Amino acid sequence: MVTASGRPALRVESLRKAYKDVVAVAGVDLAVWPGECFGLLGPNGAGKTTTIEICEGLLAPDAGVVEVLGLSWKTSARQLRQRLGVQLQDTQLSEKLTVEETVRLFRSFYHRGLGVEEVISIVELEEKRKARVGALSGGQRQRLAMACALVGDPELLFLDEPTTGLDPQARRQVWELVAELKRAGRTIILTTHYMEEAERLCDRVAIMDHGRIIALGTPAELIASIGGGHVVEFSVDGGGITLDPTELASLEGVRDVRQANGNFELRVNDLHRAVPSLLAAIAERRIPLSELRTHSATLEDVFVTLTGRHLRDE
Amino acid sequence: MNERTAVFDRPLKTSPLPFWERSLVQLTLVRFREFWREPEAIFWVFIFPILLAAGLGIAFRSRPAQALTVGVTHGSLATALRSDPGLSVRLVDPRTAENELRLGRIQVLVLPAAGGGVRFRYDDTNSEARTARLLAERALERAAGVRDAVPVVAEIVHEPGSRYIDFLVPGLLGMNLMGSGIWGVGFAIVDARRKKLLKRLVASPMSRAEYLLSFILSRLMLLLLEVTALVGFGALAFGVPLHGSLWQFGILCLLASLTFSALGLLIASRARTIEAASGLMNFVMLPMWVFSGVFFSYERFPEVFHPFIRALPLTAVIDALRASMLQGAGLEKLTPQMAVMGAWLGVSFFTALKLFRWR
Repeated sequence: MVTASGRPALRVESLRKAYKDVVAVAGVDLAVWPGECFGLLGPNGAGKTTTIEICEGLLAPDAGVVEVLGLSWKTSARQLRQRLGVQLQDTQLSEKLTVEETVRLFRSFYHRGLGVEEVISIVELEEKRKARVGALSGGQRQRLAMACALVGDPELLFLDEPTTGLDPQARRQVWELVAELKRAGRTIILTTHYMEEAERLCDRVAIMDHGRIIALGTPAELIASIGGGHVVEFSVDGGGITLDPTELASLEGVRDVRQANGNFELRVNDLHRAVPSLLAAIAERRIPLSELRTHSATLEDVFVTLTGRHLRDE
Repeated sequence: MNERTAVFDRPLKTSPLPFWERSLVQLTLVRFREFWREPEAIFWVFIFPILLAAGLGIAFRSRPAQALTVGVTHGSLATALRSDPGLSVRLVDPRTAENELRLGRIQVLVLPAAGGGVRFRYDDTNSEARTARLLAERALERAAGVRDAVPVVAEIVHEPGSRYIDFLVPGLLGMNLMGSGIWGVGFAIVDARRKKLLKRLVASPMSRAEYLLSFILSRLMLLLLEVTALVGFGALAFGVPLHGSLWQFGILCLLASLTFSALGLLIASRARTIEAASGLMNFVMLPMWVFSGVFFSYERFPEVFHPFIRALPLTAVIDALRASMLQGAGLEKLTPQMAVMGAWLGVSFFTALKLFRWR
């Protein structure tokens, strides 16, 4: 387990960055500890990529302190680049090169690092070694991008939306790879807008919205902060008769009611008490129930509770 | 611990990489691979200029001096005119004579005039017609007994180096160096920026100077092939000479290629899309294709424009290549052209470095 000891691998204080008329990052404080997998979770446009690109030394902040591996970008950029691994959002590697040629090119930039064949086998692209990048699938390209990030054996790895746009199987392969890197003791910072990804991979998560961190902690802590429990989602085919949210809120064991797109979402403490009383209330009104689902509270529910919006609301 | 990531726990290789795996070599190799794996690029750089040289060389080849055709309506004049071997004389019907002239089947129509004189009908903007008229006039005067006041001996010369193909090959070479320099460097950089590959490279410890240097190194190696292909073709197929010393000619090609690569770098220094870059490239290259004397001498433009035309990099390149290939001029005679190239090289390169957008 990760312990908060020694110097942080990344320390960010009161970070700010504005583009012409948009404030992308409005005061962010972070500390990521060695060996930790840290997630920046938030909807598109929350400021995750701007934050991570400042940490990668690609953007200059308007204000604030950024310290990576105890060093500052202003004085130690060359040294830092040798020690970091970076995977950017939607980089297109040259399509005319093969997998091996691409990895060899990136390897040539580092003073020390892994062997080209080793990295290719870590990301499971052995069979595609001689294939052109242009002929790879989305998942394979993403793993090649990971290989390029890993080839210098980085102490700190930045992954910006590593699974966005991948199919479920390809996503799972990337998750396995990140999990293995975690086990190998690498410090990883990743951004994502998939709460499942953050819950599965990250030791700690910062939830970002509108350029600010609105919650920070382990996934379990964050879920507990909204009271944990379960979420009951249902919809009814009422034919004009509707359910009164205040009445639902008064049902036994129900803490909170939300209504969205004709669906009801109840946050409940105990399923075994709330569900029977809900069903009884619906039966009493003779309204047909068209859908009923329950799940344990997730980071998505944390975000909904904090902002009133879903992560993937466009 | 998974077997695959076990490598992370082993001590790392820190020994210096072998020569072929070092970054400058790798970056240069990547440039080569990207070029060779693009069949269109090969066509435009190697095949197209040779096809153009072959086509134009054949179309404008020197033909044996052709007899000029004059038309006469009266047989008595025809006999006098036939005494000149440079004239081919046709008897024409007076009713169709004007039509023959209009269609260009005869260059001059010779008609008898009052008092034993003759009338010439021809178009004075047609140089062949003017020549035919002079020949016809001389033939008639000689037949009438006039003798040349100045004795003349004509010596016929067919020297390689003064034909159109000889003029053309250095022009095409200059045009090719411009195209491959500007396109080769410009497109590759803008494409890398558009794909955010440039940003990814900058996030790695890659040296930015080596990245730019790799373009120059790969250009220089391709240059050797490009120049050899076109000059070799010209020499083998048409006997186009290379009078200047080989190494001085090589230095001129090198300087030309560097100049155009720097221009390519400048054009690509900020553009984010291929469309923007190709617009800029055409804007830069089009005037030079027209003015710099690739296909015809810029002397044809009014004299007031000449200083501006000579200040264009392609004009300097082509003038220097022509002087070196056709007249064997040494570098010491080409200082003005080399100064123009050097100025463009320096200004473009340093401006490009100032403006360059790495993201």
